[in-house]
Amino acid sequence: MKVLLMAVSLALVTQLAAATPAPLPRDSVYRADIMLLNDRAERLAWRDQRGQPQIVSMFYTSCTFTCPMLVDGAKAVQASLTPDERARLHVTFMSLDPARDKTRALAQLRVDRELDRAQWTLARLEPADVRTVAALLGVRYRALANGDFNHTSVLVLLDADGRVVARTERIGGTPDPAFMEAVRGVLQQPPAHAH
Amino acid sequence: MRKLVALAFAAVASMASAHDYVAVPGGAFTTTLRYEDAPGAATVAPFRMMTQPVTNAEFLAFAQAHPQWRRDNVASVFAAVGYLGHWPGLARVDPAQRDLPVTRVSWFAASAYCAAQGARLPRWIEWEYVAAADALRRDARNDPAWRERILAWYARPASSALPKAGAQAPNAYGIRDLHGVVWEWVDDHGAMLVDADNRNQGDGARGRFCGAAALAANDRSNYAVLMRVAMLSSLEAADSTTSLGFRCVKEMK
Repeated sequence: MKVLLMAVSLALVTQLAAATPAPLPRDSVYRADIMLLNDRAERLAWRDQRGQPQIVSMFYTSCTFTCPMLVDGAKAVQASLTPDERARLHVTFMSLDPARDKTRALAQLRVDRELDRAQWTLARLEPADVRTVAALLGVRYRALANGDFNHTSVLVLLDADGRVVARTERIGGTPDPAFMEAVRGVLQQPPAHAH
Repeated sequence: MRKLVALAFAAVASMASAHDYVAVPGGAFTTTLRYEDAPGAATVAPFRMMTQPVTNAEFLAFAQAHPQWRRDNVASVFAAVGYLGHWPGLARVDPAQRDLPVTRVSWFAASAYCAAQGARLPRWIEWEYVAAADALRRDARNDPAWRERILAWYARPASSALPKAGAQAPNAYGIRDLHGVVWEWVDDHGAMLVDADNRNQGDGARGRFCGAAALAANDRSNYAVLMRVAMLSSLEAADSTTSLGFRCVKEMK
């Protein structure tokens, strides 16, 4: 029901946006002024990702157990979609570890995990922004003495305007059915205009 | 006219003593929390801390200078319903509230306030380090009388009126109101993984945290600290409560 309501209101917003660039909704995480640095060392504003639904997550590349599962989890969501749907869903993984996850580490991860550049953004954040982004996504984390992190392992679904539509912490095995339903829901919306 | 308004703000700012920061020397400190990865004492680097919590009048001046933090403008992603809900108007505080610690502010709003000062929220370890002091000792935590006094505050009904900021005696660092006034946000609130919904879930929750599990306590008899951690960890960053305020810290020059 909530998803349905969100879908209806999104449709309205999208129609309006087609005429004039609508201001960001008040509940959009893109309200935060955050810069991403991707695995090609390109700086991009987080809010420039507006316009396409996406799955976002926070991880770090030296993590050996849960973070590979997060990548697998996002891949499993992609694999459950039709090629057309897949092309309209972006995935952004942001590092919790800006000290060690430099451009090269992110680029290496892309190669190792065969992450399609068209679909996947791998990014690091300014150190001072990591807490803010984590707070917006409901990710709790703590740096451990050995360089690892305790962190919430979650996939968060954002609609084209950056509103949190769904989240799942069930990331092993087959995709969480409720999360998949939400993903298909946002993808059924007419494609948002480009910015 | 604009100049006059600016002068008025300057007057507010100069009356406000919370903007006084005092230097806190660094030192070794054993937190009441237990981190399995880092047992024993941690080293706390020196910093400067506000001598008292931020007041309603001070936060009002901030919200007027930064209108995106006004109650009517604030994005709901940064502040849930209830934000500054005790103010009688959008840009007005009751005279009786002026010098009380501001409450009903989200973590995002508190962080933005500090950032506007070139400051930040204290980390938990910094807050706990300073709050371990009594009037004479930097670490009074093992004194049963000190613990009793603090617990007496926690036993007070939440509906009682807040005391004025800065009315209590300073501790050994010259810092007031760490206990007995309001709860306070910390910068790394999101590192507090003591999380009720981390327990009693099915298999789905197993992957929730990488590595070792949540916080535990080194000293279970320090209820005051444990209650504070439980309260902070139960909140999301956009939440606010009627008894949760904040103060800022600055790096040592």
